[in-house]
Amino acid sequence: MTINTLSQDGVQRQQMPCLTKMERMIISMQDPDMGIKLRNQRLLITVIPHKCSISDEEALHVGQLFVKYGYIYPLKEPRNLILKADDSSYRFQTPYYWMSTRWPASELDYAIYLAKKNIRKQGELIEYEKECYNALHKRINHTWDFVVMQAREQLRASKQRRKGDRIVLECQEQAYWLVNRPPVSPEHYKLTTLTKNTIIEHNRISLARNRVKSSICLESYVKYCEQYQPHDPIMQGCLPSNPWITDDIMFWNMNSETVALPTKLRVERWSFSFMELLNDQMGRKEFLTYLEKEFSAENLCFWQACEDVRHGETAKIPEKVDEVYKQFLAPGASRWVNIDSKTMEKTLEGLKRPHRFVLDDAQMHIYFLMKKDSYPRYLKSELYKNLLARAIVPQETKKSVFPFMRRQRHSSPSPALATQTAEDDGKAKDESR
Amino acid sequence: RPSDTLTTLKTESETLKTKLEEERAKLHDVELHQVAEKIEALGQFVMKTRRTLKGHGNKVLCMDWCKDKRRIVSSSQDGKVIVWDAFTTNKEHAVTMPCTWVMACAYAPSGCAVACGGLDNKCSVYPLSLDKNENLAAKKKSVAMHTNYLSACCFTNSDMQILTSSGDGTCALWDVESGQMLQSFHGHAADVLCLDLAPSETGNTFVSGGCDKKACVWDMRTGQCIQSFETHESDINSVRYYPSGDAFASGSDDATCRLYDLRADREVAIYSKESIIFGTSSVDFSLSGRLLFGGYNDYTINVWDVLKGTRVSILFGHENRVSTLRVSPDGTAFCSGSWDHTLRVTNRFSYARLLVNWSGSHSVITPL
Repeated sequence: MTINTLSQDGVQRQQMPCLTKMERMIISMQDPDMGIKLRNQRLLITVIPHKCSISDEEALHVGQLFVKYGYIYPLKEPRNLILKADDSSYRFQTPYYWMSTRWPASELDYAIYLAKKNIRKQGELIEYEKECYNALHKRINHTWDFVVMQAREQLRASKQRRKGDRIVLECQEQAYWLVNRPPVSPEHYKLTTLTKNTIIEHNRISLARNRVKSSICLESYVKYCEQYQPHDPIMQGCLPSNPWITDDIMFWNMNSETVALPTKLRVERWSFSFMELLNDQMGRKEFLTYLEKEFSAENLCFWQACEDVRHGETAKIPEKVDEVYKQFLAPGASRWVNIDSKTMEKTLEGLKRPHRFVLDDAQMHIYFLMKKDSYPRYLKSELYKNLLARAIVPQETKKSVFPFMRRQRHSSPSPALATQTAEDDGKAKDESR
Repeated sequence: RPSDTLTTLKTESETLKTKLEEERAKLHDVELHQVAEKIEALGQFVMKTRRTLKGHGNKVLCMDWCKDKRRIVSSSQDGKVIVWDAFTTNKEHAVTMPCTWVMACAYAPSGCAVACGGLDNKCSVYPLSLDKNENLAAKKKSVAMHTNYLSACCFTNSDMQILTSSGDGTCALWDVESGQMLQSFHGHAADVLCLDLAPSETGNTFVSGGCDKKACVWDMRTGQCIQSFETHESDINSVRYYPSGDAFASGSDDATCRLYDLRADREVAIYSKESIIFGTSSVDFSLSGRLLFGGYNDYTINVWDVLKGTRVSILFGHENRVSTLRVSPDGTAFCSGSWDHTLRVTNRFSYARLLVNWSGSHSVITPL
């Protein structure tokens, strides 16, 4: 549910004071002694200026509002909801149909109204009314029998009224719906056409997409869940223990970024995918060490520099891109990366107008190079195998004999403190100069 | 006549839609629960709340975890945003927003700032100061500006960019330092209620869900809608990627959660029961993706076996609607926020531990 449904009531609450004011005026206008002269159930607006001490222009404006909100309706051109300063006829709307009493206009009532019109005019509704009727038929299909039954009943009841009354009631009802369900403007058609075109284009592109068989996709979930289950504390617990259960934070300490020796599960996880290795700071460091031995460390450094451009401040992009070019891409650069000529050409061209994504192609090329070549070799290397062998399998935390004795829950330094300290150090350095 | 062109377009749109559904159906050769038949069933889980965070004076609307796995930020209807160390249950920071209904909040990846917004139509970033005397509102940065309420926000891979979704029907990507809009995403036909960033290698897409019952996947660089799914019967309140990034789950007012596969380009599972009548407000996966947690408007939390499609647990802790739910970054617990003013950190109840405690002796028993 969206908050906007709440604000709909808000809108009514905002409108109520205005509606109340309008209604007060309308009532006094209809006062038999002080109000406007009525003639055979019709009224002429020219009398208004005498009753309220306002200018003609303002009187006309106020009158327009009355028509717009449905308190007065024109008889000659009912669809034209404006007030004309001539002797055309208008009628006061009955309080039953006032905005304050019958707001919001219900879908059900509108459906009944259109159904009645449909039956009376034998299917000759106006274009936009036809559309609304069909849309309603679809949307509230489950109560459609009720709608048709009500429509028939109301038509039958109205036939038993005097002709004069019946015409007035029909006018009143029509006026109410013209205010509450105005006909759509040409702009609306333009906008809807535009939206429809976009949707059609989108659907055409979707049709052309390459899809994968469900069996292959779904099988991959089974494999993924199986592979990660030992790492999922809610599924299979965690060693030494889940901090939330035992109040012991060993689990977090043993898996921190700066721990001396990682856990076996953690090192194993680096072998699941290249992304897992890179997402772990420790994994990334180990990988960098390996690449240095292979004299291809510049690849990872380049990749990291590109990430920094992509996710960094917009203002710093040009200078960062320039740095990257100098260090990694320029001919004879100290840490030149090996990119294919086509990508290099495209990148260099793009560097003339540096933007956030200018290094994307080059970055992707280097990423997949590492993924296909260096990463698999790292997993087979002595460096990795050694670490895996030395990695810890934590002992499960010994439980206290008395289950009621709760460990003290230690607080930890806030991550915000790290920046604070760095800032303070920086300040101290500046001051000491 | 303009209405004629519209009618022709409508027909063309409908025809394409039908063709699209046919194409999608052609490659659907098996159902998820069939593939999952060979896996062992999970049996019923018992969940236990480990922490209850009390301090909000009104409905909790949103929460997010810090990367340190223990701190959280939460926001509520009365405009308060609180940063907690959920482990100790201590409140560490509090901000009063100038508006009510703070429907969105997010923790920055560095842990040094939080973002929030709601009925003010904005998303603001508050750097977290450790100086108790400093008013956090003093350093506040106004980043995003929408023309309607802010429904969700999240930082991308750094503190420098924020992704937002709004009641104005759009999503947008912003540069935090300058407040500049980097990209906007148009395509939803109504309020956008939720979003989630993809955990993919190239890190360039995100998914959003809205009141038009659609879930859309977007390219962050071009602003294009890459894929869309329209099978829900009502507003989509929450979307969350499956940990591999190949699929995402959605929770809707139609009382169902659904799983959509991005490569198969279709809905592949529905998680629902006749007895679940009220809408889902928020969903999240356990670390392995095997479990899907759903917070519901009938005050409960249902836990689903993602592969088998069955429910493995139902929790009754909250005393009002569950409005927000997130699993912690290392999967050790999940946190739920509710209209009952509280947040609860919950995980599995372990029978093995109970046994060990009562007998007084210890042994290394693998938790159930």
